[in-house]
Amino acid sequence: MALQDVCQWRAPDTQGASPHLPQAGGWAVPQGWDPQTFLQTHGPRLAHGTTTLAFRFRHGVIAAADTRSSCGNYVECPASRKVIPVHQHLLGTTSGTSADCITWYRVLRRELRLRALREGQLPSVAGAAKLLSGMMSRYRGLDLCVATALCGWDRSGPALFYVYSDGTLLQGDIFSVGSGSPYAYGVLDRGYRYDMSTQEAYALARRAVAHATHRDAYSGGSVDLFHVRESGWEYVSRHDAWVLYSQLQKLSEPEKEGEEEATSGRTGPGGEPSEGRALGHPRMPAETEML
Amino acid sequence: MASRYDRAITVFSPDGHLFQVEYAQEAVKKGSTAVGIRGTDIVVLGVEKKSVAKLQDERTVRKICALDDHVCMAFAGLTADARVVINRARVECQSHKLTVEDPVTVEYITRFIATLKQKYTQSNGRRPFGISALIVGFDDDGIPRLYQTDPSGTYHAWKANAIGRSAKTVREFLEKNYTEDAIANDNEAIKLAIRALLEVVQSGGKNIELAIIRRNQPLKMFSAKEIELQVNEIEKEKEEAEKKKSKKTA
Repeated sequence: MALQDVCQWRAPDTQGASPHLPQAGGWAVPQGWDPQTFLQTHGPRLAHGTTTLAFRFRHGVIAAADTRSSCGNYVECPASRKVIPVHQHLLGTTSGTSADCITWYRVLRRELRLRALREGQLPSVAGAAKLLSGMMSRYRGLDLCVATALCGWDRSGPALFYVYSDGTLLQGDIFSVGSGSPYAYGVLDRGYRYDMSTQEAYALARRAVAHATHRDAYSGGSVDLFHVRESGWEYVSRHDAWVLYSQLQKLSEPEKEGEEEATSGRTGPGGEPSEGRALGHPRMPAETEML
Repeated sequence: MASRYDRAITVFSPDGHLFQVEYAQEAVKKGSTAVGIRGTDIVVLGVEKKSVAKLQDERTVRKICALDDHVCMAFAGLTADARVVINRARVECQSHKLTVEDPVTVEYITRFIATLKQKYTQSNGRRPFGISALIVGFDDDGIPRLYQTDPSGTYHAWKANAIGRSAKTVREFLEKNYTEDAIANDNEAIKLAIRALLEVVQSGGKNIELAIIRRNQPLKMFSAKEIELQVNEIEKEKEEAEKKKSKKTA
């Protein structure tokens, strides 16, 4: 110990984060600059447009997202993957800066794998969420932007956690993240029940994302749907968002025609895009009567 | 030859011994006996209490310590070393809960203590911890566990074990008497632990400290009265067994 103290040598910490990750606050900025100011004036303009959602129910956890990656005014990628698998029983929906999301998920994957090797079993979803939020909170104030919902199945059944890069960690039954989330929340809150069947859950998730892509400029492309069951995660489907939305409009039309018989003359043609808005007005009074 | 290689902890002898570690194990053998038993729904720890001086407050001498709600340990050897190890283990139990949201498994905390002990056998200027520990508890899966660590940093799982002075005698007694019947229910497991200790402890129940953990329940320390009750039951059973024997022979 005496010799160690004299030489100021410290044993490498094999249990902590890798020493090769940059230390918190260790950004390579020009000399004399405060990292935060530098990034705010000269840093990259980050885009956060997306709609992702996740909810847990009796038969597992559903994760759904759109596929549009936008950068300012143009669509960088119309078919990106926003739901990332971590291990067989854990998925993460990503929102915020995609580079940050993907990097931190790789780090999380590494941490979970190491712990699985050491302990003989993977940490619970709560543990994974805690680890992720702990790792990211060390970079608070440095413009990390990761808003993610961890969806998994562990010993306690279906589990869902929301993690934000400032260190927020929330447990819940429904989360929607991104610029399209208000629209998705509206649909989700209307149709969510813990005891839904799997098909009902799929329909609800698709409907929520489709509605969000319809109104939010930064969401669009396709609708990805994932399901985490007891046996692991499953990529259920990818549907084009616009096609999906039109189908949903068509589905709702015949029901409303039948119930609007009392107020005749208001039934319009099928859900063609240009007439969607026009149909909205005559239909609204009828809807409020029904509801 | 031993004297040339036993000064520094980090020096092997030519025939592969780490003498400081072995001397630490000798220190353990001087400590008072501790016994651990793994039942089907219960784990039991018993220790021999050294008789305290007249003016000493008995309650400050504790050899069985809880590490968390579901894990506890007993030790044999240097009390001061044990205090340091127990403190580090308690901190680790809570840190684990903080980072991983789950309580430690018994194996995890045993591995932590063993790794800590091993570090001290490979560092400059330090000496090994002079304690062996018996760590018991239940994991989330409801399975009872008993582990033993020694100053070298190795650990093993046991069904029943003893450490400290007269550990050998107690272990031999356990090897003969640890049967499926002996741990058939909680009470039998407790009695087995007391019987094992009574083999080597002088003056009976007064010098025994006992603790149990049942599945999904916190650590329970037995009071002196409860121990006395058990000891009386054991003595009755002994007498009855002897009467039966004498009847058979007569």
